[in-house]
Amino acid sequence: MLEIRNLNVHYGGIHALRGINLEVDDGKIISLIGANGAGKSTTLKSVMGLVPKSAGSVVWNGRDITRLETKEIVKAGIALCPEGRKVFPDLTVAENLTIGAYLRKDKEEIKKDRDWVYELFPRMKEREWQLAGTLSGGEQQMLAVGRALMTKPKLLMLDEPSLGLAPLVIKDIFSIIRQIKEAGVNVLLIEQNAKAALEISDFAYVMETGTITMSGPGRELLSDDRVKKAYLGE
Amino acid sequence: MNFFVDNLPYILAGISVGGQYALIAIGYTMVYGILRLINFAHGDMFMMAGLVMVYLAADLPMQIAIPVVIVFTVVLGCMIEKVAYKPLRSAPRMSIMISAIGVSYLLQNAALYLTGGLAKTYPAIPWLAKTVEIFGAHTKMVTIVTPILTLVLVIGLVLLIKFTKIGMAMRAVSRDFETSQLMGIDINRVITVTFIIGSFLAAVGSVLYFTNYTAVLPTSGSMPGLKAFVAAVFGGIGSIPGAVIGAFIIGICENIIKGLGWTTFSNAFTFVLLIIILMVKPTGLFGEKNIDKV
Ligand SMILES: Nc1ncnc2c1ncn2[C@@H]1O[C@H](COP(=O)(O)OP(=O)(O)OP(=O)(O)O)[C@@H](O)[C@H]1O
Ligand SMILES: [Mg+2]
Repeated sequence: MLEIRNLNVHYGGIHALRGINLEVDDGKIISLIGANGAGKSTTLKSVMGLVPKSAGSVVWNGRDITRLETKEIVKAGIALCPEGRKVFPDLTVAENLTIGAYLRKDKEEIKKDRDWVYELFPRMKEREWQLAGTLSGGEQQMLAVGRALMTKPKLLMLDEPSLGLAPLVIKDIFSIIRQIKEAGVNVLLIEQNAKAALEISDFAYVMETGTITMSGPGRELLSDDRVKKAYLGE
Repeated sequence: MNFFVDNLPYILAGISVGGQYALIAIGYTMVYGILRLINFAHGDMFMMAGLVMVYLAADLPMQIAIPVVIVFTVVLGCMIEKVAYKPLRSAPRMSIMISAIGVSYLLQNAALYLTGGLAKTYPAIPWLAKTVEIFGAHTKMVTIVTPILTLVLVIGLVLLIKFTKIGMAMRAVSRDFETSQLMGIDINRVITVTFIIGSFLAAVGSVLYFTNYTAVLPTSGSMPGLKAFVAAVFGGIGSIPGAVIGAFIIGICENIIKGLGWTTFSNAFTFVLLIIILMVKPTGLFGEKNIDKV
């Protein structure tokens, strides 16, 4: 279980996160929605230690990971699939997956996970030797998710996995997120696509300019008037 | 054919000096590839390697002096990175460039202090300095050893980058620090390895280069450093094969120009070449193609 307590982040003079409290329970899909610039990506990056925290703490299964290096956080079982895919363009698909397992030594298990990723995304298997930079946007997104899975996370954080994808591909991605959860990986999902995110989430948080303004089970938020108005365009 | 025969000694010298430039140029291009930094101190580190060799060879046999020089240069390169570049990792690019220029002057002045500004005679390494004859031209052994050794080292390096885990990490880090960290890659370790490789090759290059030129001055690193830098830009900065090919082209052209009797212009040639590349094809022969999709 991940607990974020009173998290504050400053970018120079900008107070981007103003005391975020958030929990990701085991066996759940949690989503975080909010307008552009609300601070969603910042929250995930600061959990990974990529952005310095000015106050607050992050606790992972009872262990304080607030000040750990990114490498240690990855080792502890948290992975972030970053906004905008960020596959390594001049590495092949296979190499992108291998580099996901950079910290792991368990050859047998790595092979199993690679097979699992290829099962989730058969397209990746076909494109094994293609340079990642030449994949289509949707394929790159699949690769980015697969690469994050190769770190063998117990918590997978996905930053806008549906960004810029066609509706059919988005459906695929969401069904895969469900499969990932069923395989025992907790999921923290950021989405602009609020409706789809709330439908698949067990619990959701709504964020506005650096604070959490609302939270509740996904279905409940779906029928909330304020959410409807601000994020579902109804 | 006549041209070839007449100019054979110059072509040989060009291939040799080209190999030496290549060994320096790889350091520039690799550091640029990872840090987007032009390491202005690289040429001076090369000079320091030469100078340290002068002092060590006075007391130690060559078999010991050469490895010690290599280790010294590697340690120096890593220290420069730790002290002058690492603290500026998140500073604007310009600050770290200025820091590099500072280190460059620091090394030159340290050398000036050590030598009192006098040219130091580079020790003759008997095996490299002996004269041999090929195709009727007389030359030093180093002329033949350099291109062979350069190619062996470059092939080794390319294999390392292509097929090892650290090589893959280097390719990843050169693209994207943040995402590399998300894979669990230790950025600082990758940068250290890059400086180790660059310094190692510069040290090997210095042994070969100074065997040909026989004297070390505090400014001895500037010219070969600049030329290696031009070679790296010519080949497309960030590209290792590019730097090597660029270095051989510059070395050979320079020496043919000398052979034609225009010695005065041989340095100018390199810099005219730089200006032309920057105008015509700023990304060089093998410059980074951007295939990122957003
Ligand atoms: N590196 C940075 N330097 C300065 N300000 C930043 C930086 N990164 C983010 N910000 C600012 O912090 C705020 C939150 O940004 P963040 O990227 O977390 O938003 P977001 O909720 O992920 O938005 P989006 O939905 O557009 O991705 C924004 O105002 C942004 O301009
Ligand atoms: Mg974002």
